[in-house]
Amino acid sequence: MIKLSDILFREVALVIIGGGPAGLAAAISAKKNGIRDLIIIERNDWLGGILPQCIHDGFGIEIFDEALTGPEYAQRFIDELNLLEIPYMLNSMALEITLDKNVYVASPEGLFCFKAKAIILAMGCRERTRGQICIPGTRPAGVYTAGVAQNLINLKNMMVGKNIVILGSGDVGMIMARRLTLEGAKVHAVVEILPHTNGLPRNHQQCLIDYEIPLLLSHTVTEIQGRNRVNSVTISPVNKELESIKLNQRKITCDTLLLSVGLIPENELSKTSNVKLNPVTGGAFVDENLETSVSGVFACGNVLHVHDVVDFVTLEAERAGKSASLYIFGKQTKSKRIRVEAGSGIRYILPNFISKKTDIEMSLRVKHPGEQVSIGFFDGKKLLKTKKFRKVHPAQMIKIKLKESETRAIKTLKVRVLQ
Amino acid sequence: MKNEIICISCPLGCYLTVNHNQNKLKNVIGNRCSLGLNYAKKEILNPERTLTTTVKVSNGNLPLVSVKTSQPIPKNKIFSAMKLLAKIKIDAPVEIGEKIIQNIFDTNANVIATKNIIKMKK
Repeated sequence: MIKLSDILFREVALVIIGGGPAGLAAAISAKKNGIRDLIIIERNDWLGGILPQCIHDGFGIEIFDEALTGPEYAQRFIDELNLLEIPYMLNSMALEITLDKNVYVASPEGLFCFKAKAIILAMGCRERTRGQICIPGTRPAGVYTAGVAQNLINLKNMMVGKNIVILGSGDVGMIMARRLTLEGAKVHAVVEILPHTNGLPRNHQQCLIDYEIPLLLSHTVTEIQGRNRVNSVTISPVNKELESIKLNQRKITCDTLLLSVGLIPENELSKTSNVKLNPVTGGAFVDENLETSVSGVFACGNVLHVHDVVDFVTLEAERAGKSASLYIFGKQTKSKRIRVEAGSGIRYILPNFISKKTDIEMSLRVKHPGEQVSIGFFDGKKLLKTKKFRKVHPAQMIKIKLKESETRAIKTLKVRVLQ
Repeated sequence: MKNEIICISCPLGCYLTVNHNQNKLKNVIGNRCSLGLNYAKKEILNPERTLTTTVKVSNGNLPLVSVKTSQPIPKNKIFSAMKLLAKIKIDAPVEIGEKIIQNIFDTNANVIATKNIIKMKK
């Protein structure tokens, strides 16, 4: 039983929850914007989040104009964090955020209660598992999420199997197909339920095509076989409704199934603070300051919406850090906001609310891949702005800038794909 | 000859149509910047990739250090490089940027560490 006297109370201007790329960039930005009294809470015993296991390159092109590996990208921010003497707690788990912005943290030094003026949510996301996609069959060893396999291979020097099938062509899935091939395993197929790959096009090229790894589109795994260890999986084609059909099913002999079937923003903690969540993104509803429905609580990075490029996580987190500092200094201007709606062809758009007082960069994703696609912004029936794209893909986040002059006089704002 | 390739230079991933004639580039369609043009040229003449992998470490806070080639190496050298790197074991500490192999297979690329590894007390 914990007594109140056991809890270590601390007053702090800003608590940042999560020490991954979002948390690091948010903390650095807040400090540069004048917040001296801040702390990062990180549950692992390292900073950088998932980046240390992402040993492939391609990070940082947007921000540093060079292709860094994950650990190198993380180190740049860790170095800056240390230079700015920003404090952080490792092995520390934020358990609850109360409505009055007290953050309870279990750490090796004891149970803390940080009484915060502002909070930045930067907890990232986690992988969907077999349970969430309900693959029938036995429950043998040898079924891993792609990220867990990546962790074992790249950090712990443990190989996960020899004959592999990967379900899901998200970026981690494709990157692991290459990694396993380089490490001597045979990847028999990458199976994708959608009629197109679900990751970045360049990963399709450099991870699958380069190594002649078969990609089975419009297929899924419908059964896992094996007693102690996976010995085969059944692959079935799917129809337009993405339902598996019993025609042309086949078994692939393998010892390992990797799942790369989507990421979920990790918002259990956000719920304790009453932050309203968007069922489409799994992240919070935010305004242009990245402030959630709870005043003084901000969200950025993959906990807000799953990004495809870490550079965009960093840029978003920098904005969250700046917004939090303006909030703490009482310089945030509260004004009437309008809701931004996602219309036909758009899966989601962020921010969800705008004040029409500044230029803003909207982040959005389309529902379907397409060529020569125009995206339009509407105030009722009035077309405000269109932007044309040679190629769009649900896996690629689209960014469109809206100028203050374009939104100043509008009453509503809806974005949709033009026919 | 006509090849359809995807540019890997950045996350945009332009779909390139490369027209070439006996290893000579005629034209490239679909690139949005000069990186795409350079990538297409190399891809036709001598395709190259940056290799990223790991090397074993003794007495470190992790049993592996992540490494990369300091510049892209010919695609056909990738698997030989993996074989060579599998045989190596280095001692902690390792500093990010540290050279682990110089000029691997005369490619002018060095294999360098991409992570700091701390030496653990026994």
